[in-house]
Amino acid sequence: MEIIAALTVGGLAAIGMWMLLDRNLVRVVLGIVIIGNAINLGVLTSGRFFGETAAFVSATHVPSDGANPLPQALVLTAIVIGFGLFVFALSVLKSVRETHGMTTTDFVTVATEEAAPDGRGDDAGERSDASVAKGREGPRA
Amino acid sequence: MMNFLLVAPIAVPLATLVLCLLFREEHALVRRISVFGGIVLLAVGLALVGLASSDVVLAGQLGNWPAPYGISAVIDRLSAAMVAITGAVGLATIFYGICRDGDAEVARDFHLFVHGLLCGVCGAFITADVFNLYVWFEVLLIGSFAMLSLGAGRRRLAGTMAYVVLNLVATLLFLLSAGMIYSATGTLNMGELAMIFRSGEVPPGSTMAVVLMLLSFSIKAALFPVFGWLPASYHVAWTPVSALFAGLLTKVGVYALIRMVTLLWPEFGDAHVVLLWVACATMLIGVLGAAAQNEVRRILSFHIVSQVGYMILGLALATPLAIAGAVFYIIHHIIVKANLFFVGGIAARLTGSERLAAMGGLYAKWPLLAILFAIPALSLAGIPPLSGFWAKLVLVRASLEGGFWWAAGVALVTGILTLLSMSKIWNEAFLKAHPDGDDAVRPVAGLRGAWWSVSVLAAMTVAIGLGAGPVMDYAIAAAGQLAEPVGHLGQMGATGGQ
Repeated sequence: MEIIAALTVGGLAAIGMWMLLDRNLVRVVLGIVIIGNAINLGVLTSGRFFGETAAFVSATHVPSDGANPLPQALVLTAIVIGFGLFVFALSVLKSVRETHGMTTTDFVTVATEEAAPDGRGDDAGERSDASVAKGREGPRA
Repeated sequence: MMNFLLVAPIAVPLATLVLCLLFREEHALVRRISVFGGIVLLAVGLALVGLASSDVVLAGQLGNWPAPYGISAVIDRLSAAMVAITGAVGLATIFYGICRDGDAEVARDFHLFVHGLLCGVCGAFITADVFNLYVWFEVLLIGSFAMLSLGAGRRRLAGTMAYVVLNLVATLLFLLSAGMIYSATGTLNMGELAMIFRSGEVPPGSTMAVVLMLLSFSIKAALFPVFGWLPASYHVAWTPVSALFAGLLTKVGVYALIRMVTLLWPEFGDAHVVLLWVACATMLIGVLGAAAQNEVRRILSFHIVSQVGYMILGLALATPLAIAGAVFYIIHHIIVKANLFFVGGIAARLTGSERLAAMGGLYAKWPLLAILFAIPALSLAGIPPLSGFWAKLVLVRASLEGGFWWAAGVALVTGILTLLSMSKIWNEAFLKAHPDGDDAVRPVAGLRGAWWSVSVLAAMTVAIGLGAGPVMDYAIAAAGQLAEPVGHLGQMGATGGQ
């Protein structure tokens, strides 16, 4: 049972790492999800993965072949958190695509290296950033 | 009362966040609740420091399950100091964010997210459970994602993307290492882990798991060679956001490193040798990276990396004096670094640019701002009698006592290069004439809160510098507690409550 889980974790992690190295950010984000799931499965195997009965313990009876509930609880937490972060990453990705029109890793690097926009305004909103978009200094090649 | 104080660092920001959400349509009320929440968090932090100074270690089990089944929370001197400093910098950030003339919705959202972030940061400081630490890291991470993308300009979205991807990878490594630690040792309680590691009979595989965890903390703390995400993202955020990140966020990683390394390996060992080299490389590479930059916040971002190296130097030397120096350094650095970002933000608005080439004339037109820049800048470089001098002095002395003269040399050279970098900002932004004439430096509306934040933080820097004795005594006692973590070790066999 654990050998199957280990092979699955290895396969998923390899796929995820391959996607993480892609130039396209959509694949990068999906790669993170796949690696996340590989790690979730790995954490699940960390305690009595072979358990056959449910993890109910009473004062008189502790099942010897019971599954360990703690990794299950950990992984449930991690799945929920991971899903929230995934949704956020996707929404940022969507905004990046709408703003810049492309989602390659090189482009993101270039965009963060742009010179700071000039202006006396509070830089909290789009306003000062928009002055760059109008072409004072576009993305450098 | 004790039990309330134990959870107050989490409960106060969480309650503030909920209240802000409930009244989210009334922006003025949200601002008031937010400021009030910040003040209460600072008060809680000061109360915790007061308790910790009399050697009270608050400890308890959340949910009242006995350790190691329950989730332990321990507030010792280090945790108490971190919560207090979080309250102080959080409050300064909130004040800076209040007076502004931009988008009202963005300003409102800022107050919501800042308390979510503070909740995660404080949670990470008080927990004594590895998986719980992971959860708090995630809480502060999602808060930081939201804050970084506030306003969503061109550069900001791209910077957020880089930040999100690299931090997610670091967090996944942490989750993996938590699973491996549980698999190898059968526990996630920091106190029980410390007992296992200090007993000398380390279960197979657990050392590798811990090293993986330290790697993920190193990414969070922006150590060499895994600091790339920091200079790629910190300079694009809104000024108060980048100041809060610069002050607090990397220091959560540093705190986690100090906590775990002192718990598991109290004696100087192989891990400390690696950390020593990493610390020296971090100091030098960070400060050299800063030399190549020509925007205020980019220079300051690289200096965060460089300064984190000093803290890790203290941790790596592993003597009581060196750990005390690291604790003192964190306290000093959070205030100074946040303040420099605030001053940089004010300077950018007065001169109309953040690029050094397009700035100038501030010394002639705003001498007060020049003084308020000089205080944290000189403190960062380590000029007496400001706080940074004492922090560096202790670390250099600890390096020499340990026989690591080269580490002391790197620390001193980095200090000189830091001074060069600061004088570059000073010459370009303050001393030289503005390229459009000095009359181009004009007042702008909405900076009242910013001036308050900057002045109070500068006063704190001077106060820590002049009154370094009590602060250093506190740091030395904190180092003593880190060497003998009764709060964490006492958890085992405890049955909840005090």
